[in-house]
Amino acid sequence: MLNYFNLNNTMFLINRLRKFVFALFIIVLLIGLFEALILSPEDYKQSDSVRIMYVHVPSAWISLGIFSLISVLSFGILIFKNKNFSLIAKSLAPSGLLFNIIALVTGSIWGRPTWGTWWAWDARITSMLLLAIFYLMYILSWRVTDDNDKAIKVSSIIAIIGLINVPIIKFSVDWWSTLHQPASVNLLKDTTIHSSMLVPLAIMTAAFALFSLLIFLMKYNTELIKIKNKGLDRL
Amino acid sequence: MYGKKVKLRAFFILLIFLSTALTIFLIIKALEENVVYFKSPTEIKNLSELDSKKIRVGGMVKKSSIKTNDTEINFVITDFKNDLLVSFKGSVPNLFEEGKGVVAEGFLKDRSYLKAVKILAKHDENYMPPEVNEALKGKK
Repeated sequence: MLNYFNLNNTMFLINRLRKFVFALFIIVLLIGLFEALILSPEDYKQSDSVRIMYVHVPSAWISLGIFSLISVLSFGILIFKNKNFSLIAKSLAPSGLLFNIIALVTGSIWGRPTWGTWWAWDARITSMLLLAIFYLMYILSWRVTDDNDKAIKVSSIIAIIGLINVPIIKFSVDWWSTLHQPASVNLLKDTTIHSSMLVPLAIMTAAFALFSLLIFLMKYNTELIKIKNKGLDRL
Repeated sequence: MYGKKVKLRAFFILLIFLSTALTIFLIIKALEENVVYFKSPTEIKNLSELDSKKIRVGGMVKKSSIKTNDTEINFVITDFKNDLLVSFKGSVPNLFEEGKGVVAEGFLKDRSYLKAVKILAKHDENYMPPEVNEALKGKK
């Protein structure tokens, strides 16, 4: 566990970890892209346009995962008044928003040739857009006020309310008739993606997760520097 | 283990979360009609009155029902209980195919005929290489 009573010590560890994560990210991304673009087969119906899936699906998973994590941390922030949790949650948000936008944009690009439309106001796509708005509100809530204690409270409440949207996104395709197809990768039911396509999907997910971790470490480091500059040597 | 204040805060925040979740659930439940992206042919058949507004109908393209001429494409949307005839002028998306999912947006002329202004293909959750699809077909 990080020893956050000694900032210099923590920052030294983060910097070393950051280099390691960066190297690992590059390696996993290259393997993932090679698998996704060259080794994996084309789809029986969509032929090559199926390859957008290897960016679209991992981005959507990561953005949902990060938001859930921020929400869970926010419960901790409000209940236990843990300052470190609020730094972690704040540092997680940017990469979550980034992957949310990537999921929306790649979905749009994918939808045009396959469905025949750039955008549809169906439940899945609309709730995903709502998640992006929640991310924006969350990030802005840290900036609109100079009062740090207030920002912590407001942002945590936004994250907790936004958590309600997460199961709506997940189950929207089962609860209502949507243009978006149901989930292909399932824990309880059979997975309907052929194993040769599942491999690049898993590797790309790992690559994106590593990228999120990298951005998180950089943001977290910045937050620690800010605290140090304020002349505090502990949280 | 935890202080009284922490327990009180936990209870309070949980209560706020649950009540908001319940409120949103009830709102969505009430708006169910508008949350669905399209209606099925059966729902169209059971409509009490025909709306002149634009409407979306979804289902499967009935096998060997696609007929094309110079300007128009005609096909039947089915949910395997009821059918709905669709006519459309324009180009259809890549994944439009018989036996596959489709959503047609347009105006109802009567309970079994839709004049579409837009055709969307709805694809399923199956992804596989062509040879696996061939092998599966062979088994059936």
